[in-house]
Amino acid sequence: MRHTISILCDDTPGVLTRISSLFSRRGFNIESLSVGHTERPGKSRFTIVVEGDEKILEQVRKQLQKLIHVIKAWGISPEESVEREHALLKIQMSERQRGEILQIITAVQARIVDSSNRTWILEVTGDTAAIDNAFNLFKHYKIIESIRTGKISLERGGGKTAKR
Amino acid sequence: MKKERLTGAKAIIKSLEAQGVEVIFGLPGGAALPMYDELPKSKIKHILTRHEQGAAHMADGYARATGKVGVCMATSGPGATNLVTGLATAYMDSSPIVAITGQVPRSMIGNDAFQEVDITGITIPITKHNYLVKQAADLPHIIEQAFYLASTGRKGPVLIDIPRDVQLEDFPPDRAKRAPLEGYSPTIEGHPRQITKAVQLIRTAEKPVLITGGGVFHSDSSEDLRNLAEKIDIAVINTLPGKATFPNSHELYFGMLGYHGRVAANTAVSEADVIVAVGVRFGDRTTGPLDTFAKQAKLVHIDIDPAEISKNVPSYLPIVGDAKNILSELGHLLPEMKHKEWIGHLKEVAKAHPLPAKMKGVSTPNIIRILGEVVKDPILVTDVGKHQIFAAHYFPIESPRSFITSGGLGTMGFGVPAAIGAKVARPERTVVDIAGDGSFMMTCNQIATAAQYSIPICVLIMNDYCLGMIHQLQDVFYDKRYEACKLGKNVNYAKLAESMGAVGIRVTEEKEIKGAIEKGLSCGQPCAIDFVLDDNCNVYPMVTGSTLLEYRE
Repeated sequence: MRHTISILCDDTPGVLTRISSLFSRRGFNIESLSVGHTERPGKSRFTIVVEGDEKILEQVRKQLQKLIHVIKAWGISPEESVEREHALLKIQMSERQRGEILQIITAVQARIVDSSNRTWILEVTGDTAAIDNAFNLFKHYKIIESIRTGKISLERGGGKTAKR
Repeated sequence: MKKERLTGAKAIIKSLEAQGVEVIFGLPGGAALPMYDELPKSKIKHILTRHEQGAAHMADGYARATGKVGVCMATSGPGATNLVTGLATAYMDSSPIVAITGQVPRSMIGNDAFQEVDITGITIPITKHNYLVKQAADLPHIIEQAFYLASTGRKGPVLIDIPRDVQLEDFPPDRAKRAPLEGYSPTIEGHPRQITKAVQLIRTAEKPVLITGGGVFHSDSSEDLRNLAEKIDIAVINTLPGKATFPNSHELYFGMLGYHGRVAANTAVSEADVIVAVGVRFGDRTTGPLDTFAKQAKLVHIDIDPAEISKNVPSYLPIVGDAKNILSELGHLLPEMKHKEWIGHLKEVAKAHPLPAKMKGVSTPNIIRILGEVVKDPILVTDVGKHQIFAAHYFPIESPRSFITSGGLGTMGFGVPAAIGAKVARPERTVVDIAGDGSFMMTCNQIATAAQYSIPICVLIMNDYCLGMIHQLQDVFYDKRYEACKLGKNVNYAKLAESMGAVGIRVTEEKEIKGAIEKGLSCGQPCAIDFVLDDNCNVYPMVTGSTLLEYRE
């Protein structure tokens, strides 16, 4: 089963190693990991997606919570949160394909962020399913390269989850 | 007036003094020399070890004997990596130590400089926390924080890596910065509702058992434990690190449980209806196969580390908090109880299954028995192997912090340096190390340290010319194919000890045992007694099946 874990921690060197090693030691492959600054100076927030046994994952969460730099580590359920992922795709096309691709761009609400002769860089934002969907539509054209950021999640409602 | 400026090295020593550090176990090197240069100006004593592994074990032995933080120091590179086994040992047994390492200058970090190693990277999984100090002004608070982390919550080792140029850098003391510790707040008080539930549950128990572990040892709660146990008439058993938490001669005591556990203890845990486990992490040597462990019982699990709850054994009623608080609380809230039938039953089991070894000849159990006649209430340190289990079963411990052993990591070579650390910490106590010849050889160089500083520890070497526990395992499970366990007969341990300035005694006959131990304990010098065993008996009971009640004895 796939799980999303959110971690609020100090923004300090080595914190990524400390966090990621707890997953690798127990054989979890991190499917996606995104990290960035938060509304609080000096604090970072990770969103980590892993697949694996729930019981072992709960152990990992408790071990994460034991790291001195981790302020809080908690699981996030997709139903109670807003999820976003971001992707960039570099697509090569012939003159004839432009029209079709433009239609898809409109349909998936992508944006053209760069264009040269026969290649465009497209930007797509959405939840994981929306990004998968966009990739499915564009895969019939020549994708030269692509990249996804990994998921970020924030719980719905007025509360601040790290304070719970 | 110009304010005094501090160097990093001065700040380190001043901060250690502020923490009440009396002694540092260490071995210098280029990257640690600025710190060492400040040491003579301080009243902190330094013990020069012969290998850094020993320094870490000494700090560990010091910490376990007193409850105070032990300190070790090493240089960069190989000095730091030599600490690793000692740090891992302390980590597994939650022993509070602070390790200080020198590092190459900041400008050279990452350049594969001479004696450079990423020791903070290496020790992430075996320390509670570690630091690479980037500027001298951070030192006072990092050191204060390191001691706080090491000695609170679930205790453990903390490492501070300090580049050589940071040791030399000067800074105005008022620039010292305080780093926050937002992510660290150990739960000390048990949750009142959980405690109330535990009281209700324990009141209904007919066959209750208390399992005590390292958490009781480290929280100094032996007295609270005893009060509780006597008040509610509960059977007490322990894990290996919990041996010193309850008087072994007590009528409610039924010994160590687990893979090498006493039959009565394993019966108690297998038949109990309520188990109260305190400061126990349910390691595999304690539980045996998990799918058959204590299935019939409701488990009240008391631990300061929430990550231990239901890690290995599902907990019916968890209480997170400090053992001392919770045991004393339970002792207040529970009424006096009697479990005459249950305790009587366990006593019968214990009587039907006495310790099986024959008490004769130059054999480990006999030597340990005679040791018990000669010395009362020593600090008993052990190495790791067959002799360790013999010591756990055959030597009764009556007072707290008096049994020091590497339980979790099972580090051969722990004994001699840990005994030195314990003796430095508690000079008024008799400190005896029971070792095997295999484990003694791993850190026997520290006998030279003990001799140089006149630290009178007494090491009893159970010399069977082989790796005894390996021999036993090969005997029982590998059809007597004794591969790679014979050590040869070429070493005379008594002469080896003598050559390093200690007293060496060699014993080959039963009638010499008592005299040798008496001499070793009274000579006032470090002493190693080489007991050449004539009966290399296996240590039993030993679980051989899929439950704790399928054993050989």
